Amino acid sequence: MDNTRKEWLLNAVLAGALLGVPLWAWLANEPFIVTLATRIAILAIAGVGLNIALGLGGMVSFGHALYLGIGGYVAGIAAHHAFSGMPVLGLAGTNQMLPIWAMAMLLSGIVAGIVGALSLRTSGIFFIMITLAFAQMGFFFALSWPAYGGEDGLPIFLRNQFPGLNTARPWEFFLLAYSVLLLVLAAFALIRAARFGAALMAIRQNPDRAAAIGISPFGIKLVGFVLSGMITGLAGAMMADLTRFVSPAMMAWTMSGELIVIIILGGVGRLFGPVAGAAILVGFEVFFGGVSEHWKLWLGLVLLAVVLFARGGLIGLIAGRARHG
Amino acid sequence: MADPVLDLRGLCKSFGALRATEDVSLTLRAGEIHALIGPNGAGKSTLMALISGKTRPDAGTVWLEGQEITALSVPQRARAGLGRSFQVSSLIPGYSALRNVMLALQARQGHSYRFLRPVMRDAALRAEARAHLDRVGLGPRASVEAAVLSHGERRLLEIAMALALRPKCFLFDEPMAGLGASGTAELIPFLRALKADAPILLVEHDMDAVFQLADRISVLVTGRIIATGGAAEIRANAQVRAVYLGEDG
Repeated sequence: MDNTRKEWLLNAVLAGALLGVPLWAWLANEPFIVTLATRIAILAIAGVGLNIALGLGGMVSFGHALYLGIGGYVAGIAAHHAFSGMPVLGLAGTNQMLPIWAMAMLLSGIVAGIVGALSLRTSGIFFIMITLAFAQMGFFFALSWPAYGGEDGLPIFLRNQFPGLNTARPWEFFLLAYSVLLLVLAAFALIRAARFGAALMAIRQNPDRAAAIGISPFGIKLVGFVLSGMITGLAGAMMADLTRFVSPAMMAWTMSGELIVIIILGGVGRLFGPVAGAAILVGFEVFFGGVSEHWKLWLGLVLLAVVLFARGGLIGLIAGRARHG
Repeated sequence: MADPVLDLRGLCKSFGALRATEDVSLTLRAGEIHALIGPNGAGKSTLMALISGKTRPDAGTVWLEGQEITALSVPQRARAGLGRSFQVSSLIPGYSALRNVMLALQARQGHSYRFLRPVMRDAALRAEARAHLDRVGLGPRASVEAAVLSHGERRLLEIAMALALRPKCFLFDEPMAGLGASGTAELIPFLRALKADAPILLVEHDMDAVFQLADRISVLVTGRIIATGGAAEIRANAQVRAVYLGEDG
């Protein structure tokens, strides 16, 4: 069996397991497991976003928690104002997910455009540090913003709503997150296969060659970075609704690191890399977190092993090296 | 006489105290191969960088078909019609030979901000890329990744990518380097035919190839052009013999 078919089979298994396990848990009345699966799906959405920048474009953003936080605060602030009935900046609050998601993606995209325009003139360690610096700015801004909870964070008393669903029920909210994940994965696959993806991946491999045939690396990377931030921002809004709480911790640099770890564990640039990575991360958290509070030590060892021996992450280990035609 | 296709006027570039390019003027006319030769360190690479846009001159201008392109960036100059190959092969290593050429075609068409249609299923793009590969003799290697092509095949793939750009002029930076005698012998008639598509500015170390191919030759020594003329003229030039050809005996 060739590697492409292996990868599609593995993707189908992962997609099936992420649906099947919570389905079983729902039938067996284990809402905790349904919630874990929802967490995996939402982290995977955030990871797909980062995978556009990091995996396709080679832009190692160490500040993607910023977009997660922006999405989270959009959801929290909208719900807060819907609850209090007071408008914010002339806009009425809302408890509807669709306008919240649109606003989360719009704001994340604008911020990613600014961050990208300033940081994409650098590369390597400087790019990593500048993206980190912007995320830290967001973190400290949220920390010192008393109107929305400051360091205590902002609770969402009732999960925001989606037409036709009762989002307070774990299984229905999971189905929503899972559907969004599938849509986002489809968007990633389309972008990667299209001319834009061809240009973005070429720039990652050899920016001088891309420039010499007339493709401007800066413009392509900036658009990739904005798309990446928008998808991670969407995940942030959903994450806030999952935990019904948003706090500056969502923008902490450790969160940015976790997103990178998800991509590396799953497979950089691979379609289902973020799904595999998020499942591994949450799995470790649950199984080893129950045994010892030092579970991150074991995660660190696995990460070390992946970086040393399995550069393609879980997807690469099973399905081999990626082929780009 | 018609305007030259490529026209360098009084280019100067210094790096600190080092004058890498000093008042270089050079033209490339339609239908010709103009070879640029010079000993190591003469400033050929700097001049190529000034033409391609990687480096900006301290003084002087670059013109392409009557348009000044001095202020344009590398990708802008490529879109304006400069098709170059690199001294050390520079390809997209993870892409197949076919996909490298398809990328050049996509760049020429200027449609890189397309997000939906799968590029590898674009039959027209594939067919044209395939034709360019066939033209340099790489057709049978179309599906091989650039990273695993042989050295000579990579040189040819560079040329196929330049062809795909349908440029107004070609800049070839040592296309014969490392090709060996048989590879060079195959490339010479190819380049001779290619100049009908667009004129070629050829930087080359292989003197036999230069004297067989070039309609005109310019000799660059310590950043200055000391002579320009036909092969016979350059061979007979006493100054050139002293500083350059003399080295080879």
